[in-house]
This record gives sequence, structure tokens and C-alpha cells, in this order.
Amino acid sequence: MGNVISLDSILGLGELKAPAESTPVAASGCSSSSCGSSDGPADMDPAVWEKVKNHPCYSEEAHHYFARMHVAVAPACNIQCNYCNRKYDCSNESRPGVVSEKLTPDQAIRKILAVAQEIPQLSVIGIAGPGDSLAAGARNTFATFEHLQKKAPDLKLCLSTNGLALPENVERIAQYNIDHVTITINMVDPEIGRHIYPWIFYKHKRWTGLDAAKILHEQQMLGLEMLTARGILVKINSVMIPGVNDTHLLDVNKAVKARGAFLHNIMPLISDPAHGTHFGLTGQRGPTAQELKVVQDACEGGAKLMRHCRQCRADAVGLLGEDRGEEFTTDKIEAMGEIGYDEEARRTYRDHVEAERAGRHASKEAAKAEVQETVGAEAAPILIAVATKGGERINEHFGHAKEFQIYEVGPSGAKFVGHRRVDQYCEGGSGDADTLDGVLAAINDCAAVLVAKIGGCPSKSLEAAGIEPVDRFAFEYIEESALAYFKDHAERLGRGAVQSRAGQDAVIRTGALTARRA
Amino acid sequence: MAYKIKSAECTVCGACEAECPNIAISFKKGTYIIDPTKCSECEGQFDSPQCASVCPADCCVPA
Ligand code: SF4
Ligand code: SF4
Ligand code: SF4
Repeated sequence: MGNVISLDSILGLGELKAPAESTPVAASGCSSSSCGSSDGPADMDPAVWEKVKNHPCYSEEAHHYFARMHVAVAPACNIQCNYCNRKYDCSNESRPGVVSEKLTPDQAIRKILAVAQEIPQLSVIGIAGPGDSLAAGARNTFATFEHLQKKAPDLKLCLSTNGLALPENVERIAQYNIDHVTITINMVDPEIGRHIYPWIFYKHKRWTGLDAAKILHEQQMLGLEMLTARGILVKINSVMIPGVNDTHLLDVNKAVKARGAFLHNIMPLISDPAHGTHFGLTGQRGPTAQELKVVQDACEGGAKLMRHCRQCRADAVGLLGEDRGEEFTTDKIEAMGEIGYDEEARRTYRDHVEAERAGRHASKEAAKAEVQETVGAEAAPILIAVATKGGERINEHFGHAKEFQIYEVGPSGAKFVGHRRVDQYCEGGSGDADTLDGVLAAINDCAAVLVAKIGGCPSKSLEAAGIEPVDRFAFEYIEESALAYFKDHAERLGRGAVQSRAGQDAVIRTGALTARRA
Repeated sequence: MAYKIKSAECTVCGACEAECPNIAISFKKGTYIIDPTKCSECEGQFDSPQCASVCPADCCVPA
């Protein structure tokens, strides 16, 4: 349980640094950057914000506070993707479509109730596979949601699909009150699609080549239109495959925005020969951090982008960036006996988060104003890495971090732009040089790394690599600290005391994010 | 005339079970099996055996 943030620790810290005097609650008077996310209230329809504000996958702000849980009740799939090999199943793996324990709908309900008792941050239940949630008649998916609606009506429901069977299921999705759907759309041109999808199973036939890609594309667009017409929120996931669909993703972004998708999430291809996927075996590589960012930045004006997606496993449990799945295996849940359901703890937690968020808007504005005054509005932004366990604070030890969150900070504010997975540098007390090299490669494009604490040895290596280790903002809020650091950095840059790191690239790690190492 | 599942290659995804028009496929002792007395190879019902068409592991084959 080492990596878990307890409710107490978040509440406690919140009181320690009480938010500034009462500021009117979010809905108005908040510029988009001061909300700390590209999806803050100012540039979002209030009705949509109400739906997504506590959803960790849809709101950058919420992903610091709320937890999601996927239940793996849908093993069957109706298409084949070149980046997926459903035979491969390994608990060290962390990519969509992979899961180690498949559940029946009954087992899934028990697991959800058990987790809800343990983790009051839980706000969302999703079905994302490990196959396609709507394949095989979507029987397990809807059976699970039907039960859940009766037993735990306060939890939000969502599902992910490749879209092939979407049009015929839209009616039922609306009926079960599923207010968020994710569709994976990697192309809007079947010519490109044929290089991603070798076959689909549709209307009792296996289709290949251009026909397959064309049918899939049409079903995806139709399904998307039908959902948005019913007011159901739709997020689009796209897998960026260099040389196949990288620049084409701009067209995807335009097409899905025009059809009403509210978020577009571009994620890197995860490809490794050991996974046995088609792309893995043909040596198709994934994008580097900079390549990914270039495409994401180019799409920024289109459908809103989401950059905090962790490509969670189909059985992930916990806050984004952590996976507590191993605490809730079927054996352990069977052993728990009768499981009750109590909404009170979750309600208290949500109220607390509301209050804390309101206060933050004021303090972020103040930090930004100060930067603009001292540095000016022209200074080039920098990237910084942050070690955090959640609650939007710099509260993780460098050596314990399993990922670093990357912020782009400049005169217009601090913006979350991504996360980099790493091996924990410090396992069982002593650091290991290989892992440290991996961490350095993962955050090589950053000017600094903000941590709660860091040892002398890694500090020296970071400095030698030109990345400044910073622990003076320990346990402070991320964005305010990032802005304060930026002010200081810009001042030293002006004096020539530090070197700019513009033009550096970093490596995206494709391996695991599991609770095992904790 | 029937199909069978090569159990060593089956991923136990259940996609075939949902597609079989004759309810010939069931889950027994940790794997899916085809009841040869119920399997018609989809003759007269579909152009191709449904289980073989949907199976991601290509492990539904003529017995
Ligand atoms: S839709 Fe998902 S489960 Fe199906 S083949 Fe593609 S990645 Fe795998
Ligand atoms: S061939 Fe047709 S009838 Fe026989 S098991 Fe497969 S789907 Fe069922
Ligand atoms: S579709 Fe193929 S892999 Fe899936 S359960 Fe049936 S035989 Fe096994």
C-alpha cells in the first residue's frame, strides 16, 4: 500500500495550507489557464463541466483528486488492431486491452463495492475491455451497469469502444445513464486504416483490407454523431503511430471536433517485440516525447486535447498514475464476506475538494500576475518535471516516483502537458545507476524537477545532466510553485547563470505501471 | 461435420460463444468447447463458420 495517498493526508495538507479567503466558486471569472487545465469552466459549457469536473480522465484538475476503476468484464473483441495481441497477458504490462483477471458481472459488482468502501476518492466506473466493451452483444457490459445503477447510483459510468458496434448500442447506452463514452479513432481515411486494422468482424462476416477500414470508419462517425446528438459526452482516443497516422491525426482532430467530441486524447503507440503485436514484430516504433507534443500542440485549437491519459489497463484501480488492482483480486474480495455500501465518505470528500478548488483559482491568478510583472509576457516557456502523489501538490520523494508529471510553465501560466513513467530510482533504500539513467532520459527536456525530497547522489547526476533538482517547494501546490520557479529561472537565464534546454528531447517509456513495485 | 477449438491457442475471450447460431459453444473447465452434435459448420445459416470468423487467435478449425 506504499504508494497510496490516504484521504487523511489530503485533507490534512489542505488544512495546513488553507485556501485564500472565500473566492466565488469556479463557474465564472476564471480564465482558462488559471483553472490549471485546458478544460476549466471558462471555456467549457457549464453543463459539460458539471458532468466532468469529478471525472479523473476528463478533467485535468479532477485527475489529481478522484479515482477511477475499470472492471474487466468484456474479453471478446470484434476487430483486430495491429498494436494489440490479446493472447499476451502479463501483469507487468500497462496498455489498453491488457488485463490479468477477467471478471463475471457478479464478481465485478462485488469488486466495485469493496473498492468503494476502501477508496472514498472513487467517482467513476468504466468498462474498457480487455476486448471491446460492445463486442459479443455487449452482454456483460450492460449486465454490470444495470446492477451497478441499482446498488451504487452515485458512481458515474463510462465505457470505451472501438466504435464498430456503437450505432446499434446507442439506445441502451442512453438508457443506462452512461454519460461518457470513449471511442478509439485512429484514422478518418480507410487508406490509412488498412495499415492499422487487418480485419473486422461485422454482420456475420470477417472483412479485410480497405473494406474493413471503410466499415469501421463509417460506424465510428455514425456512432459519434448519434451519441453527441443525445447529449452523451464523447472522448476520442487516438494512438499515434509514426509514419502511419502521425500527421493524419490533425484531420482526425478536425473530423471529431466537427461531430461534437469534447475531448481528444492522443497517446503514443506502445510497441515492443516482446508483446507479440504486429507492430511490435515489424519493428514499428512509438513516438518520442517531442514528436508526441508537436502533434498534440498542432491539434490544440481543434477538439480539446487531453494529456494526462495514462493508457490504463482494463482493470486499473485508483487515482490516475497508480494502480491498486492487486489489492482487490477476486480471492481477496471473496474473503471479505458481506460488503456494505455507504455514500457518506465519498460525499464528504467531494465537498472538501470543492472548497479547496475554489481557493486555488485565486492563488494561481496571483502567481501568474507576479510572473508577468517581473518577467514580462514575452519570455519563452520551459518544461519542468514534478513528483506528486496527487492532490495537486509536490509531495513525492524523487526516489519513490513512478512517474513525473510534466508542466509547461511561462508567462501565461503553468499547464500540465504530460507524464513520464519511470522505474522507481530508490527501491529498498539504495539507488541504482541504471534506473537513474532511465529517469534522466525520461525528463531530459525539462529544466528542473520539483520534488518533496531528494538524496545527494541523484542530485549531483541531475545537475550534471543540466536538470536542476528543486526541493524548496516541498508539499506546496504544483502550479503556484512552478510559476515561482519560472520567475527565478527566467531571472537567472537573463544573467546567464543557467542554460536554456530548448530543443532537448526525451524518451517515452512503454513499460509497466503496476502496484507491484510499491 | 463440425468445428473444434484448439484449446492450447484459445484466449478464452468468448467471442465465438456469442456468435454461434446453434448454441454449440460453451465454457467448460476453464476453456471453450464446441459440441459436435450441435455444430452445423453454420451451413445454410451464414457464408462462413461464425466462430472461425470472429476468433482473434484463429483457433476454431474443422474437427
Ligand atoms: S479494439 Fe482493443 S481489444 Fe480489440 S483488437 Fe483493438 S486494441 Fe485490442
Ligand atoms: S461452426 Fe458455426 S455452428 Fe459450429 S460452432 Fe462454429 S459458429 Fe457454431
Ligand atoms: S473466439 Fe477463439 S480465442 Fe475466443 S474463446 Fe472462442 S476459440 Fe477461444
